[in-house]
Amino acid sequence: MTDDHVYLTLAESDHEAEARWAYGTGFADPLLGVDTALAPDVDGADLSLYCQMLGDDALILAQRLIEWCTRAPELEEEVALANLGLDLLGQARLLLSRAGQADGTGRSEDDFAYWRAEHEFRNVRMVEAENGDFAFSVARLLLFATARGALFELLADAPDPVLRAVAVRGAKELAYHREYATAWTLRLGDGTAYSATRMQAGLDAVWPLLEELFTPHAVELRLGLDPAVLREPVLAALAEVVTAARLTVPTALPLARVGGRAGRDGVHTEALGLLLAEFQSVAREHPGATW
Amino acid sequence: MSDMSWPLYEVFVRPRRGLNHVHVGSLHAADDRMALLAARDLYTRRNEGVSLWVVRSSDITASTPDEKDPFFEPAGDKVYRHPTFYDIPEDVPHI
Repeated sequence: MTDDHVYLTLAESDHEAEARWAYGTGFADPLLGVDTALAPDVDGADLSLYCQMLGDDALILAQRLIEWCTRAPELEEEVALANLGLDLLGQARLLLSRAGQADGTGRSEDDFAYWRAEHEFRNVRMVEAENGDFAFSVARLLLFATARGALFELLADAPDPVLRAVAVRGAKELAYHREYATAWTLRLGDGTAYSATRMQAGLDAVWPLLEELFTPHAVELRLGLDPAVLREPVLAALAEVVTAARLTVPTALPLARVGGRAGRDGVHTEALGLLLAEFQSVAREHPGATW
Repeated sequence: MSDMSWPLYEVFVRPRRGLNHVHVGSLHAADDRMALLAARDLYTRRNEGVSLWVVRSSDITASTPDEKDPFFEPAGDKVYRHPTFYDIPEDVPHI
């Protein structure tokens, strides 16, 4: 870092920003200019299910991250975790809205979020696991953000324009999530003996839930989006972080599937039912309410 | 829980329009990089800026209220320090 590093951004010109006149304005519509018509060779039902898979991952993890509000170890981290959750919520809203367009049912994002039953959710079991301690939440965020970031790079070639737009935007968000989780993994892993023990326990607990993100579902294969290609690069990237944190890459076996089925098929752990009971309670108590 | 032993940092944000970083608040962080990430999460989440500075509060030398009179009072009545006694040619803009 050179002495004049701090002045670098002062020299940037930004004529396109002249229209912005105050803090908190100038927001961009992530789907501005995106053609939302379905590609002719894409099966709408498959695309809808795929959007639900990715959308449910984001929605459920967003809920888990937001649960840290009022419970985080520091005020700064509480806001940070809620921010990450809101990034994922934004991704979920776009994806679930797309799911309702793609299958022709016209279901809204709220229909998907609040009015489906547990077995209709398509998220991987990793995101529904209870928050555990801060180390577990950091470990889960590290694994999820690394894998989802790699997937979004793959989705730059997805057969749907909305998926491509969501991936381009989301990749920047996940790059930050990954940096945040990496920083905490290093800090805790390479910290005190006690913090290293807790961080290692967090990694050990979440590692068996990783494989599901690389296990292809028939819908993914039909869309030409096999997540198995992510396994090697994601595992390599994770091993780099874990090793730099002076921790051990876990060797635990993947969490067993149930009759060959798992989260992508709607088969979940007990944790999801409890999460949904709270998450859906207001919408079901006051159907159609707005605020 | 927290013993608030992390040092205090001051946060400066540069909005897109305007040249200067402006002080927006403070936060606690364990190191410089953590302070920068926390500043991003606390002070730029509503599209407030495009550049961040963070600096340890203890590294700032500040004037004290006791010095207010000798520091700032003498400037109050020196109207001749303002360039208001010149005629500006009409073809010179932005002055």
